[in-house]
Amino acid sequence: MTVEKLNRREVVKKLISNRANLLIISGLGSPTYDLHDAGDNNQNFYLWGAMGGAAMMGLGLALSQPEKSVLVVTGDGEQLMGIGALATISVQMPKNLTIAVLDNEHFGETGMQKSHTGYGVDLVGIAHSSGFPISQELTNMSDIEVARDDILLNNGPMFLNIKINSQSPDRSLPTLDGVELKNRFRTSLKSQ
Amino acid sequence: MSDSKQHQIITSWEENLFNALKQAGVKQLPYVPDAGHSKVIDMAHKDPDIRPVVLTTEEEGVALCCGAWLGGEKSVLLMQSSGVGNCINMLSLISNCNFPFVTIITMRGEFGEFNSWQVPMSSATQGSLELMGLNVQRVEERDDVGPTVAAALYSAYSSDQRIAILLSQKLIGSKKW
Repeated sequence: MTVEKLNRREVVKKLISNRANLLIISGLGSPTYDLHDAGDNNQNFYLWGAMGGAAMMGLGLALSQPEKSVLVVTGDGEQLMGIGALATISVQMPKNLTIAVLDNEHFGETGMQKSHTGYGVDLVGIAHSSGFPISQELTNMSDIEVARDDILLNNGPMFLNIKINSQSPDRSLPTLDGVELKNRFRTSLKSQ
Repeated sequence: MSDSKQHQIITSWEENLFNALKQAGVKQLPYVPDAGHSKVIDMAHKDPDIRPVVLTTEEEGVALCCGAWLGGEKSVLLMQSSGVGNCINMLSLISNCNFPFVTIITMRGEFGEFNSWQVPMSSATQGSLELMGLNVQRVEERDDVGPTVAAALYSAYSSDQRIAILLSQKLIGSKKW
């Protein structure tokens, strides 16, 4: 019997369902649409470009806000482009940072070409051997529920590779205005 | 006083650079090493108030600086001229979001360079940065390093400007082979 892979929208909704003061950065493409679909929030920063930069942006944010939990939600292709970030993050060891990769094993935005993970590259192993104290593959919704609570414990850095199916749901588009995204994020942090 | 030692500069350009970072309140210092930056990197590793972040590639530092400012911290990216080419697409993050940004770049491939492989990217460094919308300030004199860094940090963090400071190879001294 084959186990059905997770739905990306359900995964992201569940993963941030008790977000409280969680700060979230999404990688370009579908993770940005997934995060927006789960509910817009001033403390969401959606990337529309800068491929390979999501995890590092998360690191800069996590280091500057050590009391808050920071979540980066990105795709396998985006993380692979910035794969060195896993080494850089491990050297800094920020306890409050989680990198969650929505791994559909494809470049979904560009015609569903198979990505490296589709050919067997093991992101969990790379994160583990880079030095992440927690590096897990998640394949069912009860895993997601546990991870959701772990994100807020600040016992990381934590790397989560979430195996999802390769369906592309309808796009849910946040504003493209990067200045607005930056300003609203910073304003909401200052007001807390 | 006839003793010429009275006229010696008492602080090095590296100390002046580091002091400018400290006085501006820079908290995160991402870098890919260069011999020209080595003293500043050492100073950062010994200072409890500034966090040096060693990178695997320079573009990581661009994204890190943007994340740091989202969270309210100032940062400066240190690299050598060959690293500028690695940053090009990531610099679109700076212009799309109008992030404040200061990078200090030690130049290779322009003065007494032994290694010709450093030359093509060196020649394209200033043009590449300008094409991506950065204001480029070139420093030739050691006494100008501290004030230029201080001025760049002030401009960047008072009104979201993006500035690259190039430290000439003549200033830092060419690598001995």
